[in-house]
Amino acid sequence: MAIEIVQPSVGLSKIAVSETHGEDSPYFAGWKAYDENPYDEVHNPTGVIQMGLAENQVSFDLLEEYLEANLEASNWGQKVSGFRENALFQDYHGLQTFRKAMASFMEQVRGGKAKFNPDRVVLTAGATAANELLTFILADPGDALLVPTPYYPGFDRDLRWRTGVQIVPIHCESSNNFQITPEALEAAYDHARSMNIKVRGVLITNPSNPLGATIQRKVLEEILDFVTRKNIHLVSDEIYSGSAFYADEFVSIAEVLESRDYTESERCHIVYSLSKDLGLPGFRVGTVYSYNDQVVTTARRMSSFTLISSQTQFLLASMLSDKEFTQKYIKINRERLKKRYEMIINGLRKAGIECLKGNAGLFCWMNLSPYLEDATVKSEIAIWKTIMHEVRLNISPGSSCHCSEPGWFRVCFANMSEETLEVALSRIHDFIERRKQVVCIQ
Amino acid sequence: MVVGDAVGRERDSGIPHIDYQRMNFSQPQTPPSFNDLHFSPSISKMELALNNSNKFLSKIATNDGHGENSPYFDGWKAYDTNPYHPQNNPTGVIQMGLAENKLCFDLIQEWIEKHPEASICTPEGGFDFKEIAIFQDYHGLPMFRAAIANFMSRVRGNHVRFDPDRIVMSGGATGAHETVAFCLANPGEAFLVPTPYYPGFDRDLRWRTGVQLLPVVCGSWNNFEVSLGALEEAYEKAKESNIKVKGLLITNPSNPLGTFFDKETLKTLVSFINEKNIHLICDEIYAGTVTKDNEFISIAEILEEFPTICNQNLIHIVYSLSKDMGFPGFRIGIIYSYNDTVVSIARKMSSFGLVSTQTQHMIATMLSDDDFVENFIHESRKRLAHRHDSFTRDLAQVGIASLQSNAGLFFWMDLRRFLKEPTFDAEMTFWRVIINEIKLNVSPGSSFHCSEPGWFRVCFANMDDETVTVALRRIKSFVLKNKLIEIKTKSKKQCWQNNLHLKLSSRRLEDIMSPHSPLNSPLLRAQT
Repeated sequence: MAIEIVQPSVGLSKIAVSETHGEDSPYFAGWKAYDENPYDEVHNPTGVIQMGLAENQVSFDLLEEYLEANLEASNWGQKVSGFRENALFQDYHGLQTFRKAMASFMEQVRGGKAKFNPDRVVLTAGATAANELLTFILADPGDALLVPTPYYPGFDRDLRWRTGVQIVPIHCESSNNFQITPEALEAAYDHARSMNIKVRGVLITNPSNPLGATIQRKVLEEILDFVTRKNIHLVSDEIYSGSAFYADEFVSIAEVLESRDYTESERCHIVYSLSKDLGLPGFRVGTVYSYNDQVVTTARRMSSFTLISSQTQFLLASMLSDKEFTQKYIKINRERLKKRYEMIINGLRKAGIECLKGNAGLFCWMNLSPYLEDATVKSEIAIWKTIMHEVRLNISPGSSCHCSEPGWFRVCFANMSEETLEVALSRIHDFIERRKQVVCIQ
Repeated sequence: MVVGDAVGRERDSGIPHIDYQRMNFSQPQTPPSFNDLHFSPSISKMELALNNSNKFLSKIATNDGHGENSPYFDGWKAYDTNPYHPQNNPTGVIQMGLAENKLCFDLIQEWIEKHPEASICTPEGGFDFKEIAIFQDYHGLPMFRAAIANFMSRVRGNHVRFDPDRIVMSGGATGAHETVAFCLANPGEAFLVPTPYYPGFDRDLRWRTGVQLLPVVCGSWNNFEVSLGALEEAYEKAKESNIKVKGLLITNPSNPLGTFFDKETLKTLVSFINEKNIHLICDEIYAGTVTKDNEFISIAEILEEFPTICNQNLIHIVYSLSKDMGFPGFRIGIIYSYNDTVVSIARKMSSFGLVSTQTQHMIATMLSDDDFVENFIHESRKRLAHRHDSFTRDLAQVGIASLQSNAGLFFWMDLRRFLKEPTFDAEMTFWRVIINEIKLNVSPGSSFHCSEPGWFRVCFANMDDETVTVALRRIKSFVLKNKLIEIKTKSKKQCWQNNLHLKLSSRRLEDIMSPHSPLNSPLLRAQT
């Protein structure tokens, strides 16, 4: 094999030549296989089915129905000046109607159990930008955020790449369903300190990606007590809050703060987005909601680098202000996701595969450890490759989510039709059957 | 309780209000002295207090790298508390500190009405809704990239082609500049920037990146042109201070000057950066505002005409639709780099500031309409030229000079003779006069890091024709009144040397007596 001589880049930055953008992770390698041979019901029924993409496609009809019935509201009306005003609007506070609508939507998603003040809503182009922005505000280069494992692989880029901040994992284990324990929190903190790294905060995702489960209220209280004791921040990424199958099973940090009369709330910040709950990742709608005035002001200033298109703000302001629509949407969306979840869980169970008991999100956390040759990441990757190339499913290996136990996989179920899901399940079923036979023969 | 803030702005439209409680409008911020044009983030007293009680946030969060403490934003308060309105508030402050282009919305509105398919929310465009809404590929919609490349080419008179695969999105030009800085320089390293320059650069290129900006000083002695001597001097100075220079940032056409570079100067700049092996970042955000067809030369054309003039890996263009089309709200920023690695990295970074696909779809449809684009570009130039000319004509009548320009949405006005003395304090004093007496919000040159006091940027494309008339009238009557005072004072001076309130510099005296002075106007002669 010829040796490739790599020319050094002409004077680029360290950030540019580092690999912290994270795209060399296996999380993205599966994409290649999919892109080269994507499944299509009609044109390519033997192609790779994409199950590595946490998208919500189950409720688009509701959005389309709304748009059809509300043409004027979404198209600047008949006023000549409507377009002009919108095109010129670049105020980093965002359209007030939109901020109000976001605050109201966030309240509805939480069943009215928490209140949100529109003046604390800071708009960013997606949760990707929101998480990076908050990290710039809460930590200096070299400092660390503690993040429970397993976690969304994108955090490696969003929290670390341009900020220079580190992630120190809070190890969670299957023995207690991967819940965050006070011991694990302390251990992570101590580990950071032992490396002389200053810890600035804890970042949780609730409901969790990739676990597909909400964090229990008791655990939230413990985490809040922990960050208070250590005098650090708490960021709660609640991007999947509208995907909890049962409204009362999701507890937002906002509710916990409210029940404590907002003491110690200045260290708390919530990240939200419409990419998952509304299935609109292309529109780049994210928010930082902070209980800390200085963070709100600074975040707003920083949002200059990543504002939401005023055209999109305008459209969504009208949509999300329509309470009748949003109530209906939230309810039906939950039901459909729950149905999908049950479908995949039952299908996997029939194939002999168990998953973590989940109650939220667009994916399930599948346990293939019984099928690994040995309890190593190497075996996990081996079976992952087999699933990709033989079974032709793109799923996400737990190691790419920094899971401390090999054998777990995140499998998405909301980005395809029910028919496609059936096809995927039957492929898995056949795969497991084949493996059993192989084992028997041996 | 949220710290008080009101309406905010972006880019030249003004960066948001400063917190009124914190800013003391009657005391100007310390203007930059000639020797102190190298800015580094500092901490205001108020913020220091907050810091101490709350050492909770990062250094980036608590320094003033956000740039909102610059005098550039003080004028907003006066405008916002007393905004001009032809019927409701005819004596209010007219906004001339806002580089917005409002001249061609009728053309766009007309197009929008004829093309409902451009919106994914109409029956005609709705079948695309789902595809567009779930598309989050950071390459962007292929038709969007193609349309942008096409538009960029047409804006440059089709003299050069742009490759859609090099088009990278960003959150406005604001996001583009920050991303380019992250790609090219490490914290502590520097870019050279000719002064005067757009105040937003201080934030965009430095705040979160830790990169420094070092001035290449330009002045009225040679019409603010960027000379090789000034470049070399800035470069050497950096070297002496042990600061590594990674690039040169130029804005072409220039903000605030409204001028663009000629071919020779561009070649000089390119040779300079090539020799030093540093990057050249060309902000061409005002490319479409050049009033004369076929005169603007983009850096892209230099590379095409002289392919061996430099290592093309050093050249990067920043662009946006905020000025040429008047769409600042849509956040359409573009990075166009000739360096493959930079394209690749910037594209990954664009995840932090992608353009909404709803907007990509609309823009793609609009800018693929070649007839519309050609007509728009042509008509926009025409209207800008007309606006530009009516201003220059009227201002010349009262002897107000501006730097000769044929681009941008503003003038670089020479008001030096109105200053009591050639200092930045005097500039600030006179600026307050402009706001409080003439009732115009303009931007003082010091906020653009200009090395000479007395220059002001005055925007002209963000208002209708009637407001233009009012603004010009106010300027003219102020000048005439001021001349009268000067004449009276001059005669008093001869009698009462020691009782002067107004000190006349010798240069001012020459101005007054020059053949071009309005004092020669028949109107004034009649009154003295």
